[in-house]
Amino acid sequence: MTKLTVNGVERRFEVEADTPLLWVIRDALGLTGTKFGCGVGACGACTVLVGDSAVRSCSVLAADLDGASVTTIEGLSPDRSHPLQVAWIAEQAPQCGYCQSGMILAAAALLKAIPQPSDADIDAAIANICRCGTYPRVRAAIHKAAEATG
Amino acid sequence: MKLRPSRRSVLVGAGALGLLVGVGAWRLAHKRASLAGTRDAAGAFLHDWIHVGVDGVVTLRAGLSEMGQGAFTGVATLAAEELGCRLEAMRVETGPASEAFKNIAVGRDILAPGHGLAEGESSGLTGAAIDFVAEAATVQVTGGSSTIVDRFVRARQAGAVARAMLIQAAARRWGVEASECAVLDGAVVHAASKRSEGFGELAFAAAEETPPARIALKPREAWTLIGSEKTRRVDIPAKVDGSAQFGIDVRRPGMVFAAIAHCPTFGGSLKSVDDAEARKMPGVVKIVSLPNAVAAIADSTWRAKRALAALKIVWDDRAAAALDSAAIAKSFAAAIGSAGEAEAEGDFAAAYAAAPTRLAADYSLPYLAHATMEPMNCTAEVGADFVEVWAPTQAQSDAVAAAARAAGVGADKVRLHTTYLGGGFGRRLESDFVAEAVALAKIVGKPVQLLWSREEDIQHDFYRPAALVRAEGGLDAAGQPTALRLAIASQSILARVFPPVTWIGPDVTQVEGAVGAPYAIGAKRVDVARVDNAVPVGSWRSVGHSITAFAKESFVDEMAHEAGADPVAFRLAMLADQPRLAATLRLAAGKAGWGAPLAAGRGRGIALHVSFMSAVAQVVEVSVGAVGALKIERVVAAVDCGAVVNPDVVRAQIEGAIVFALSAALFGKITIRGGRVEQQNFADYEVVRMAQAPRIEVHLVQNAEPPGGVGEPGAPPLAPALANAIFSATGKRVRSLPIVDQGFSA
Repeated sequence: MTKLTVNGVERRFEVEADTPLLWVIRDALGLTGTKFGCGVGACGACTVLVGDSAVRSCSVLAADLDGASVTTIEGLSPDRSHPLQVAWIAEQAPQCGYCQSGMILAAAALLKAIPQPSDADIDAAIANICRCGTYPRVRAAIHKAAEATG
Repeated sequence: MKLRPSRRSVLVGAGALGLLVGVGAWRLAHKRASLAGTRDAAGAFLHDWIHVGVDGVVTLRAGLSEMGQGAFTGVATLAAEELGCRLEAMRVETGPASEAFKNIAVGRDILAPGHGLAEGESSGLTGAAIDFVAEAATVQVTGGSSTIVDRFVRARQAGAVARAMLIQAAARRWGVEASECAVLDGAVVHAASKRSEGFGELAFAAAEETPPARIALKPREAWTLIGSEKTRRVDIPAKVDGSAQFGIDVRRPGMVFAAIAHCPTFGGSLKSVDDAEARKMPGVVKIVSLPNAVAAIADSTWRAKRALAALKIVWDDRAAAALDSAAIAKSFAAAIGSAGEAEAEGDFAAAYAAAPTRLAADYSLPYLAHATMEPMNCTAEVGADFVEVWAPTQAQSDAVAAAARAAGVGADKVRLHTTYLGGGFGRRLESDFVAEAVALAKIVGKPVQLLWSREEDIQHDFYRPAALVRAEGGLDAAGQPTALRLAIASQSILARVFPPVTWIGPDVTQVEGAVGAPYAIGAKRVDVARVDNAVPVGSWRSVGHSITAFAKESFVDEMAHEAGADPVAFRLAMLADQPRLAATLRLAAGKAGWGAPLAAGRGRGIALHVSFMSAVAQVVEVSVGAVGALKIERVVAAVDCGAVVNPDVVRAQIEGAIVFALSAALFGKITIRGGRVEQQNFADYEVVRMAQAPRIEVHLVQNAEPPGGVGEPGAPPLAPALANAIFSATGKRVRSLPIVDQGFSA
């Protein structure tokens, strides 16, 4: 039995030891906002927060995180009121939207580490892939959220 | 009207055979459609497109796939403009597969293809006849940058018809003339008696009304929503909180999950599989052998994946195992000398022979994968008398047909639910993943969600064709262009998708953008050679334009350089009778500061291309470091897509197309070795990320012309504008893509 605090709620589950966190989140816990993109930690679509850090959930084992606190897109705010969600809507950032949960959580980790990031900070921290090409708007939305919280 | 196979045949495929059998045309403005007047617990359908809830919520069935291109918002904006309600009071969904949602613009393009900008609505007897046959010939599909082109009038009609029915119902109830009533923010109002009823209160009564035979649409001056900068995309809120439902998010009671491995070599098949170990693993439901694949089915996706990994599979590679990229390149080089005429204007051979200055260059482009962020997937359930499918698909009609074939039932037994698409780019015009999911669901007797791995997605795509383009050009003594020839050797997409059109002429997807090139040059010629091999090819954002624009706009730049002319002035001189294109080119050049001095190591390049009835010019500014390290500093785009429904969506689409095309230009390459694709995942199929994404400015030419497409036209000019910028910075011509294989890094 593995125990995680997911979006503030303690969750217990039993899965095979080789099960990545992603599939626990999606299949065992039924939170489908976290996406599968590549399975090898290359694209970032599955990014969640473990503590305050951005983690690619397809490439960490749930069992190795026993006791940790995990935040998924569903837990960022109950009503799209997180400054990043507000900024994302203001900038009309998403297109297809599939990568955006991961983008937003990668940005959340960035703002926790660097509240007022520079463009270079954003380049370094946001390595998620978006095939629709929303990068310029994602960048603008991160700056906007940083201003709003600064 | 030239009856030649159109680019959009690629979207319709065998559906165009409807031409031969004929299908009753449904005309929204004239005739009550199948759902009209249908009541349900929530409200009633006024017609197939619009349901009004008793709670006042208007549900618009867009009949289109939303893959981030803003289709839901565009269609809702057009309908709401006439209906008289706020977009926020509307719910937008794709709706079921239905004749009511057929893409008539695609059908029209098949019958009367054009190569330029959008022209006016077809009119008169010929126009009506074309529209009648177009509707019979076409299918329900989201592709070819056709959404606004198709829905610009129809969606407004849908809103206007619904408005008229609501007004008639209110007028009848109040005993007043309908002409005295109006709509205002979700209600019908009668000013004289100060009466007002919400749409919800009128829903059932309105559904009983007869739709008007003729309906007047608002004049452009009265528009408040169309063209507004304030309209927000309707799908965005659900995409910032994880609630948007994509294909992989579908959940059904009792469902199981499938992982699949396809034979890695093209055309190969399954020889044998040892599943002894896999069958013993926890949660495993069944191991299913298909002719060219094996699927592991389990009670969760991860358990299906680990069971698949435990299988010992032996493939029969067949003859395709000898195929590789070098042999394919040789086959193009061998074929290009015998390319046959696709288009000719003037006598190229004579003009070229007579030109005092002649130049020639070969351009080569690789296969490309789509790599949508959401890998291919589909959920299906097959019952005794029904097939239910949940799919992220761009091609409703084709998906229904594929599901029916896979289940062995008639298409009328198939119910299709289109989810949000995690990217499309043309990949989801194919229904291979739908057929597989239905086949598995039929075998296992439960709802099955099939999810491909990224590796399967990259290795079993329908690729952007590789191509070799040979360009030849002549200049007179004054440096004016007098001859231009583009010869293209590549595979045919339509030979697989819709073979009949390749019997009567060349595959237009091979030559589009070369054929119909807008420059006035004394003699022009386009030749084409079709090379067949086992690599599956399909539509990839902008299709043939992604190939021809690179060759045409790179070579025009080479001609300008040879003539000692400025690349903008050189193009403008050939656009004397194309004022809209000239204006688009000038706008991009002006906004980019064309001609202003640049620091050492920096360069600017420009390109102009017309596709999907819109014109896009781009200026790329690049800096090149000491070891060929590229930084794309800035891309400035100018767009003439005619009337604009939502300017911010247009800008977003152009931005997105630029980044998509930049990924391809810099890194994109699918190579074949031993009959299979060498790349597997994003580690070896690299794409642009934040750090490589340039600053992008998009400038719209505002006019009242009919709308052209916007999803694809932003892609073609990027690669040539970038290559021309690299030449301007370094003096080195990039004639082969991707750029990182040409001594540069990014």
